[in-house]
Amino acid sequence: MTKDLSIKKGLDINIIGGIESEKPPYLIPVKTCAVVPDDFTGLTPKAIVAVGDHVKKGTPIIIDKKNANIALVAPISGSIKEIARGERRKILYISIEADNNEEAESFDTSSINSPDNARLLLMQSGLWAQMRQRPYDIIPDATSVPRDIFISAFDSAPLAPNYDYILNDVERELTEGVKLLKQLTSGNVYISTRNDSNIKSIEGAEMVIVKGPHPAGNVGVQIANISPINKGEVVWTLDAVTLRRIGHLVINGTIDTSTIVALTGSEVAEPKYLKTVQGAKIEDLITNEIKNDQNVRIISGNVLTGKTTPRDSFLRFPYNHITVIPEGNDVAEFLGWASLSPRKMSVSRSFPGHFLFKKKFSPDARILGGKRAMIMSGEYDRVFPFDIYAEYLLKAIISRNIDQMEALGIYEVAPEDFALCEYVDTSKIEIQQIVREGLDFLRKELE
Amino acid sequence: MKALRKYLDRIKPNFEPGGKLHAFRSVFDGFETFLFTPRTTSRSGVHIHDSIDSKRTMIIVVLALVPCLLFGMYNAGYQHWLAIGATEFPFWELVAYGCLAILPTLVTAYAVGLGIEFIVAQWRGEEIQEGFLVSGMLIPLICPIETPVWMIAVATAFAVIFAKEVFGGTGYNIFNVALITRAFLFFAYPAQMSGDNVFISTEPICGLGGTVADGFTGATPLGQIASTTTGNLSITGINGSEISTLDAFIGLIPGSFGETSTLCILIGAAILLFSGIASWRIILSVFAGGALMAWIANTFATPTYPASMLSPIDQLLYGGFAFAAVFMATDPVTGARTNIGKYIYGFLIGVFAILIRTYNTGYPEGAMLAVLLMNAFAPLIDYFVVQANIRRRMRRLTHK
Repeated sequence: MTKDLSIKKGLDINIIGGIESEKPPYLIPVKTCAVVPDDFTGLTPKAIVAVGDHVKKGTPIIIDKKNANIALVAPISGSIKEIARGERRKILYISIEADNNEEAESFDTSSINSPDNARLLLMQSGLWAQMRQRPYDIIPDATSVPRDIFISAFDSAPLAPNYDYILNDVERELTEGVKLLKQLTSGNVYISTRNDSNIKSIEGAEMVIVKGPHPAGNVGVQIANISPINKGEVVWTLDAVTLRRIGHLVINGTIDTSTIVALTGSEVAEPKYLKTVQGAKIEDLITNEIKNDQNVRIISGNVLTGKTTPRDSFLRFPYNHITVIPEGNDVAEFLGWASLSPRKMSVSRSFPGHFLFKKKFSPDARILGGKRAMIMSGEYDRVFPFDIYAEYLLKAIISRNIDQMEALGIYEVAPEDFALCEYVDTSKIEIQQIVREGLDFLRKELE
Repeated sequence: MKALRKYLDRIKPNFEPGGKLHAFRSVFDGFETFLFTPRTTSRSGVHIHDSIDSKRTMIIVVLALVPCLLFGMYNAGYQHWLAIGATEFPFWELVAYGCLAILPTLVTAYAVGLGIEFIVAQWRGEEIQEGFLVSGMLIPLICPIETPVWMIAVATAFAVIFAKEVFGGTGYNIFNVALITRAFLFFAYPAQMSGDNVFISTEPICGLGGTVADGFTGATPLGQIASTTTGNLSITGINGSEISTLDAFIGLIPGSFGETSTLCILIGAAILLFSGIASWRIILSVFAGGALMAWIANTFATPTYPASMLSPIDQLLYGGFAFAAVFMATDPVTGARTNIGKYIYGFLIGVFAILIRTYNTGYPEGAMLAVLLMNAFAPLIDYFVVQANIRRRMRRLTHK
């Protein structure tokens, strides 16, 4: 079964630094990598290893305090190098030094035909934590039974990796992954692709072909247009890379932590694909790849939803993408508000650059204005393909009005769905942050 | 520009907390961000931002008002020349006269309004907000040219403080600041603000122009209509010649300074719509509502309400209707914010503007009151639109 979905609202941002030729990925050997518990929202981390301990690939190193079965596992075999803690002893990351033995934990996959065993396998292998649930956009609750499972098999964000490239010849793994997930839901497993995608049909899954601009690739858009979430319902979301990992686990009994990362952005000398492991050190990935070493912003992920990751930090989950853009905090732009320069990127027709449809821009990280109250109306609606009044939902969140948040559809959204709203906002409001805080607040109040 | 940037960087510490001039931090910040795009980079969420900001948004509105301002200058001179009975109309003298006539008002409105904004911004420790750049331009355009400058100052101060700052500043106000200024003048100084002579400048300025003869009257078209007692509608310019529809469209008629020329207003509308700053939904529906109400009134025309005898086209051209539709109703802060709400909001503004003007003989013009009235109702309109969305969501839940 194939569904077609056409998204009208949204925006494709054309920026410099995409990958032009898809050569085989450049192999980056990993010396150090790390697990950052903050990337797994909803998990209360407890370290179960100590510095110096030997771990194999797939050994649990962090467990959830609320449910000891849910683990984050080591992506490589080696020894624990550092357990970095921040305020109130919060775990910032656990880093592992590779020993090049390539030992891997093996998981028992013989009895996964029962849903309970399948759940346990996912939890212990660390793959559970790589999925998300809505509401709240957190890792799935251990007891939750999803209404449906939504999988995105393409990324529509600026400069995003091509999923046909990073998921080459993986049909068997995807099929096994779907088979396992299918046991965990009474509803459907949906996989969304573009119409020119190599992934045509996967047994057991409902295929959804999505047309239209970003955020077409966000699972939230799929959910909203196929079957929106109602109060009390839970759906799970993941991307096809995680689905492949689940399939790999089912077939081989070991976890695959390798990842293909798109290294992109205007400050990258030659944008290319890298092959490395999850949580690799940024320094190792970008050595000699940056044009101008001064004052760049290295982002794990894309320019809309990624996280700033300095050189000495690690590739964050769930990103298989690095974008490097100029920081821009040293630019002196005289009378920028009056500029008619075609280099200024905007959705507003008051900038000549708006009319250069083919032009690629190289924006820096400046917010290009001052923070204001919400002044303009209707800005968000143009890039927000949901039947939700974004502005009113944000106001409900800011005023911490739970009834109103529920009524206006907070259960249907994740912060990433608001990324384009934040991009186009004249008032430069930190919308994703507001939504994240709202979701956390709601979860705290209602649980 | 580098030198300027360096200079600003050098003096900046003086304005930081603890510096000698920290009491002027907001003012410095205002000038700095005016001269140079802020260097603030994003800390959370998206890493890149659209180039549009509130400074550019406001400046485009100001730009869209410039045709009206320039035409107003010419028209102020032209009306004065007519009033003194001149037969020749030297273009640049007319413009210079109009310019000198409006300059004190313009400067006063900006000085008072921005002064209050600066003080409040510093007091609250916030950045200076740009909203008044537009309001300060609107105020001179919607007031009669003979409004005393001190009244402008008082009314502007009242509007900025009580219609805007007490609510929290730009983005939080319920009523349009410029219209509150106008309404304050209208209700606080009725004797000076209406009647036949406030719309025409009657004194020479800096040797330009001349003195108007005693007993001169220069009523606006709507003023004339409101005081018509016979069933015979004749609208004349101040030299006694009849005003045609074309005159009203071009705007060489008595009226508030910048709102007589529908032509210039449409140029402004084109700028606003092209740049996407104003909502076409609102502008379109104001005209639709106005046309409908004018048509109804005209269909049931009666000498009791002389304005009902105006054709729908004239209704839309006279007075402040077009100006209100393009520049007042489209204020995003005080207008409806949902797309459906914008249609309703605009439509009702159009209807009420004509309704008030036609059936309430106490008010020759209804556009100002219509916009203010709908400002008050805009949140209610949006409430119902949003409520429909909420009900749709609830239905989805109960139909499971």
